Amino acid sequence: MPSTDTVKAPPPDREPAVKKRSTERPGDRIFRGTAVGAATVILVALAGVAIFLTVEGLPGLTAEPDAMSGQASFAGYALRLVYGTLLAAVIALVVATPLSIGMALVISHYAPRRLATPLGYVVDLLAAVPSVVYGLWGILFLGPRMGDLFRWLEENLGFIPLFAGPAAGSGRTIFTAGLVLAIMVLPIITAICREIFAQTPKLHEEAALALGATRWEMVRMAVFPYARSGMVSATMLGLGRALGETMAVAMVLAASGTGFVTLNLISTQNPNTIAANIAREFPEATGTSVNVLIASGLVLFVITFAVNFAARAIVARSGKKMNR
Amino acid sequence: MAKSIDVSDLDIYYGDFLAVQGVNMTIRARSVTAFIGPSGCGKSTYLRSLNRMHEVIPGARVEGKIVVDGQDLYGNGVDPVAVRRQIGMVFQRPNPFPTMSIYDNVLAGNRLNAKKMKKSEADTIVERSLKGANLWGEVKDRLGKPGMGLSGGQQQRLCIARAIAVEPEVLLMDEPCSALDPISTSAIEDLIHELKSQYTIVIVTHNMQQAARVSDETGFFNLKGAGQPGHLVEFNPTEKVFANPDNEATEAYISGRFG
Repeated sequence: MPSTDTVKAPPPDREPAVKKRSTERPGDRIFRGTAVGAATVILVALAGVAIFLTVEGLPGLTAEPDAMSGQASFAGYALRLVYGTLLAAVIALVVATPLSIGMALVISHYAPRRLATPLGYVVDLLAAVPSVVYGLWGILFLGPRMGDLFRWLEENLGFIPLFAGPAAGSGRTIFTAGLVLAIMVLPIITAICREIFAQTPKLHEEAALALGATRWEMVRMAVFPYARSGMVSATMLGLGRALGETMAVAMVLAASGTGFVTLNLISTQNPNTIAANIAREFPEATGTSVNVLIASGLVLFVITFAVNFAARAIVARSGKKMNR
Repeated sequence: MAKSIDVSDLDIYYGDFLAVQGVNMTIRARSVTAFIGPSGCGKSTYLRSLNRMHEVIPGARVEGKIVVDGQDLYGNGVDPVAVRRQIGMVFQRPNPFPTMSIYDNVLAGNRLNAKKMKKSEADTIVERSLKGANLWGEVKDRLGKPGMGLSGGQQQRLCIARAIAVEPEVLLMDEPCSALDPISTSAIEDLIHELKSQYTIVIVTHNMQQAARVSDETGFFNLKGAGQPGHLVEFNPTEKVFANPDNEATEAYISGRFG
């Protein structure tokens, strides 16, 4: 009898032991710890940046006009820079998005494979060029050529507000900066679109082709609907890059301080972008003007955040539609 | 509308690889022609060559002739896009366009042919095609809903409606029931019976009972051996193929003594 007791006794002890082991295998615990840790670090870093920007930026909100390039209020100061930032980014996207989508389509659907692969590499290489190099290229190569174009635009299309002039001979205007940005965001948008286009189910492509669709009609019927959300998020990623790009814009754009809110693309009257303005003003900034710059950084931070959220929302909505 | 197809000495290549060799047959108008045979024997490839869909794969080409209504499909200057508008196709897995409603799915092919359609005209085509595909009664109250919301069998019938909406001369079906349950399969088979009064139908199937049930003529494809091209072993009226085939290999395959 005692021997059967000792045999019977272990189970109640062993059961929790088994349970414990299945939930807390060391590998799982380490992995969970690492994952949670990484996630926390990201959140802490993000919160740290936000807190820093807020705390350091707050005094800037009530700064004296001489700390804000002569602007009476921070709102007026920030508004112009925000306008400059958005204008440059919008120009970049308007130019880059159709180009990128076209390029991605060529790579994924039109070019023969032995041409498509090297073309893809070349586009990817564009992303590896440092922004300083783009800045130099913008000043030394693109600028002067754009200057000639601007003079022509002013003479012939000057009645359109976009080209009212006076044309900047150096070509270092928001338009040129936007073009340089376009080339910088091109590889990002192209790479993502290319991947998504290539993932279009064969089934849908064949459905369109079997109905007698041409290649382009097939792209419109099968590829674009499938890739829509991906195209939006690709564009938004490009927008994020365009909003935050500093060096190339700071080099190319010869903006006069905070400038004016104007549609005129070919003169240097436009405001600078936030990032370029910070890069340019910071070395000489003292006292509250530092706070003003940091506050403008906070504004950029908020804009970028908003863009990302908007992109998420759009992607989530159209993703739901596809799965129905 | 329905046309016969004359195939002579057709070889189909993928690059240098000869996939199907020396096919000769006449597919009669307003009848159902079935192709049976083991996997990899080239029957799907052959079916796809009938509307040049196999050309989607780079390097695919044919030698020989496929003549529909006096015109060689592979003649000089013949646009594969035009061929596919005349010869519709239904695939193994139902493939309605996921972002389109039932209504728009049916009209997808018509919209490609680009003319601006009046609403009333479009409504007529949708109703006629869905009725033709035996789907109208099930979907007439939800034409605006996405095509993906239908069951697999309904989706396949939607694809058939989409194919017949452009009034093709020939309808090719590549194992149209292999992803469907028996009830949906039976619905599609009934539909094939009805459609053959208007269309020339060519169907590839792995299901020999299905071939026996739906087809008027049956072609048996086989491989000479691994790595060898597929070829047409026998092409005869369906009753003869299943009751008294000319070729021993056909009999072996049909009676399950294959290989």
